Amino acid sequence: MASTLAPRRTPASTARRGRRRMAADAGLLVAAAAFVLPLAWVVLSALDPHASLRVKVPDGVTLDNFDAILTPEITFTPLLNSLVLCGGATALTAVCAALAAYPLSRFRSRLNRPFLLTVLFATSLPITAIMVPVYALFVRVNLIDTMHGTIFFFAASQLPFAIWLMKNFMDGVPKELEEAAWTDGASSFQSLLRIVLPLMGPGVAVVTVFSFVMMWGNFFVPFMLLLTPDQMPASVSINDFFGNRGMVAYGQLAAFSIVYSTPVILLYVLISRRLGGGFALGGAVKG
Amino acid sequence: MTATAPRHAGPGVRREPASPAASGGRAGTVRRSLFRALPVSPAVVLLLLFLAGPIGYCVVIAFTDLQLTGQAESSFVGFENFTRAFRDEAFLNAVWLTLVFTVLSSLIGQNTLGLALASLMQRASKPVRTLTGGIVVTAWVLPEVVAGFLLYAFFRREGTLNAILDWLRLPSQNWLFTLPILAVSFANVWRGTAFSMLVYSAALNEIPKEVTEAAEVDGASGWRRMWHITLPMIRRSIGTNLMLNTLQTLSVFGLIWVMTRGGPSGKSQTLPLFMYEQAFQNSLIGYGTAVALLLLLIGSLFSVVYLRLLRTEF
Repeated sequence: MASTLAPRRTPASTARRGRRRMAADAGLLVAAAAFVLPLAWVVLSALDPHASLRVKVPDGVTLDNFDAILTPEITFTPLLNSLVLCGGATALTAVCAALAAYPLSRFRSRLNRPFLLTVLFATSLPITAIMVPVYALFVRVNLIDTMHGTIFFFAASQLPFAIWLMKNFMDGVPKELEEAAWTDGASSFQSLLRIVLPLMGPGVAVVTVFSFVMMWGNFFVPFMLLLTPDQMPASVSINDFFGNRGMVAYGQLAAFSIVYSTPVILLYVLISRRLGGGFALGGAVKG
Repeated sequence: MTATAPRHAGPGVRREPASPAASGGRAGTVRRSLFRALPVSPAVVLLLLFLAGPIGYCVVIAFTDLQLTGQAESSFVGFENFTRAFRDEAFLNAVWLTLVFTVLSSLIGQNTLGLALASLMQRASKPVRTLTGGIVVTAWVLPEVVAGFLLYAFFRREGTLNAILDWLRLPSQNWLFTLPILAVSFANVWRGTAFSMLVYSAALNEIPKEVTEAAEVDGASGWRRMWHITLPMIRRSIGTNLMLNTLQTLSVFGLIWVMTRGGPSGKSQTLPLFMYEQAFQNSLIGYGTAVALLLLLIGSLFSVVYLRLLRTEF
């Protein structure tokens, strides 16, 4: 095919190609400029001693805003809470998903298909909708305002997608190596732990990071299920900048936003370098 | 379109290996099945207790007059919550706003812009592609509440948008007050477009170059190629992307909550915010749950369509 087309690439068509590239570049740069405005605000305001709500070049660069928020009360406790909450839930999600994916990927059973269909169906349910009944249920069974209750719910809400993704990654690991291990007398569990999971390392990393990022940014779940201020993760405590402190210190709000967002952005960069841009979509958007 | 994960080979090819748990006889088979199902059980327990449980509970309390305070016992009220909803103007307003929000931000905004960015990226130079992609994806990765604040700052009376409009000598206004639903829809486009962009980039990359080049040689213009060749070839991606965008958008809460709290006077109150207000500000858990159930039903409907779209995939 390509060879039949090659002679037709005249200088005129190369020029057209060049023009088209310029047009595409221009279009993308306009979009980038529009998208970057809110981001520019947060970066500039965090460094601005007199931050306001509009993008402007600071009249002096200062780290005072960061200084002011890097206290246990404002930053460290909420971030630690976030870490406990999301770390715990992510660990639970990853372990349960890896265990569940193994038989789904390795053994044939009449139950696989219905189970996977259910999981896929649950993947796309609007979790927001069930937060009111979850609250009511948690009050009834005394799980309200507990870290572990919230961790369990977080893990459950992330599990369908995690199982689905994990199973797809696991399908990519050839079976022969495992069969050899079985012949040598390894149990299923041993072969999962020693052979399958190490071979699908990037897949496990994707599931883990993706779950963590989703939970780190989630506002509604901890907002509903946790009540004590000491237990609030950063996604909820950031609200305090508005309501309870009277005058809004926009510079500090911006500084906090940056501190709070940095971990997930770094994690995303880490994982997307390794696996290409559309990593998270591998399982969900086939077709 | 090929899936990322390999699918099962034909039935004859995929044979069962001799697993360590294998043993003869019917009882052995049952025992083996149970043994094999064992690793699934932690996930199943979690899902049943914390996902299926609340959904079941949702169905039950939607039919009661459960309230947050005072009342120890609730009683069964049948469809009262639902008939009440359809007579409640605030509810109908929320349904309408949810529709506007979803159509504007998801169907039109994220989807079209995502496709436009993805197809521009096919032709753009690498540095521009990387830069734009990075910025758009950052907006997507940011925590919900942070995204909400950034766009709150952008749309406020003294915010960036009005600064730009002033500079262009165009009339500025208090967007969050006059057109809150438009502002939150734009916010959702800002935050959610990356997803469509990534989906469509992946889809466009899978179209063989020969096909588009042949059309180009035959003299088909850019729009015609898009309409007659590219779009039909990625229609499955379009379907699944629309479905997932819609579901995402249906359950947006934090973004709107931070920007407007659903106000002023309900002008940006979509169903999730209406549900929250009824259940917690008005203490009507039963009523709020009925609304939640309706939202869940709409979501399930989309979810089923999504499954149908993926049907042949596994």
